[in-house]
Amino acid sequence: MTLHQRRKLYFIILMIFSITIATGLILFALRQNINLFYTPTQLVSGEAPQGRMIRIGGLVEKNSVVRSKTDLTVIFRLTDLDKAVEVRYQGILPDLFREGQGIVVQGKLNNQHQFIAEQVLAKHDANYMPSEVKAALKDRYKKDGYGS
Amino acid sequence: MWALLYKLASPKTFYQWSRPLMYGFALLTIVFLTIGIFSGLFLAPADYQQGDAFRIIYIHVPSAFMSLFVYAIMSFCALLIVVWKFKMADVVIKAAAPLGASFTLLALVTGSIWGKPMWGTWWIWDARLTSELILLFLYVGVMALQTSLKNKPRSEVIVAIMVLIGFVDIPIVHYSVSWWNTLHQGATILKFAKPSISSNMLYPLLIMLMAFISYFVTMMLYRTRTEILWRERKSTWIKNVLGDL
Repeated sequence: MTLHQRRKLYFIILMIFSITIATGLILFALRQNINLFYTPTQLVSGEAPQGRMIRIGGLVEKNSVVRSKTDLTVIFRLTDLDKAVEVRYQGILPDLFREGQGIVVQGKLNNQHQFIAEQVLAKHDANYMPSEVKAALKDRYKKDGYGS
Repeated sequence: MWALLYKLASPKTFYQWSRPLMYGFALLTIVFLTIGIFSGLFLAPADYQQGDAFRIIYIHVPSAFMSLFVYAIMSFCALLIVVWKFKMADVVIKAAAPLGASFTLLALVTGSIWGKPMWGTWWIWDARLTSELILLFLYVGVMALQTSLKNKPRSEVIVAIMVLIGFVDIPIVHYSVSWWNTLHQGATILKFAKPSISSNMLYPLLIMLMAFISYFVTMMLYRTRTEILWRERKSTWIKNVLGDL
């Protein structure tokens, strides 16, 4: 490698390094806007902005889903296994909505500390397996005394 | 060693030895694609949560992987251009950019089709989806810059620097799901742990990945050969080669 080439290589490395730093700082400054949702804990501790449209992400708490008999209203609790918030939604839920499922809701908090959702999105995890395997895993957990 | 490499990289010899290679990879593509699609659609079991809808993974994940992989190749070529003035690398970037853009678009479209039934939305501005969209714009930007600088001196260096700057987006796309809260789930295969996909679902995915890579190599050889024909159209060896046909 000649001196000229080496200088160019150092220049390129320096260029990529500084662009990475700059991008990193921008993304760090914008981190709260890039995060798609707040957690229920953040909402309870007041980190989430009040009176504005926000998203909250968490798990649908077990045995907390109450469906209205007359319309599409559904009330459930959204938890991050620490704090929980009550969510009210009127509309069609995604197929993956079920108890224990990770979901993201978009809406506003009302005065009764109830979150009025306008949109419910389901998250799914990065695990893919046939249903027989899932059933086998469930049995195993039950035998060992864990929940599913 | 270097002499041999230079000889192989010369347009004339490259044009000759790349021909059987291109047909070989085209054949591989057809074989892998047939096996991959068949095993993905019929042999792999349905997912415990998503049922049969998860099968779009066999298009979505390979195209998303290729969108990053192609850009990494382009960045390596850009480095060769700027530091070592390796002119042939410019041809590779030119041939690769539209392919990378197509893979990115395919990943975005299949992801969108997958997102509607599973998440409940076609599109959401989360970090993974947004950074992948930026990647598409980068590809299109490289193509536009190349076209607008056609026949200008040192145009390949300008394009190479743009490619290198855009490389910042590649780690962002990959790590977005672990750096921020996103609707998109985390990595299934490319992580430092056992893939969290059952093996009879994984094999079709890997075969499809091989199919996508073979397709990319085939198209790269094809496009490079076309570019060489165009660039060398006035040389005598072209006349001899085409005279044979």
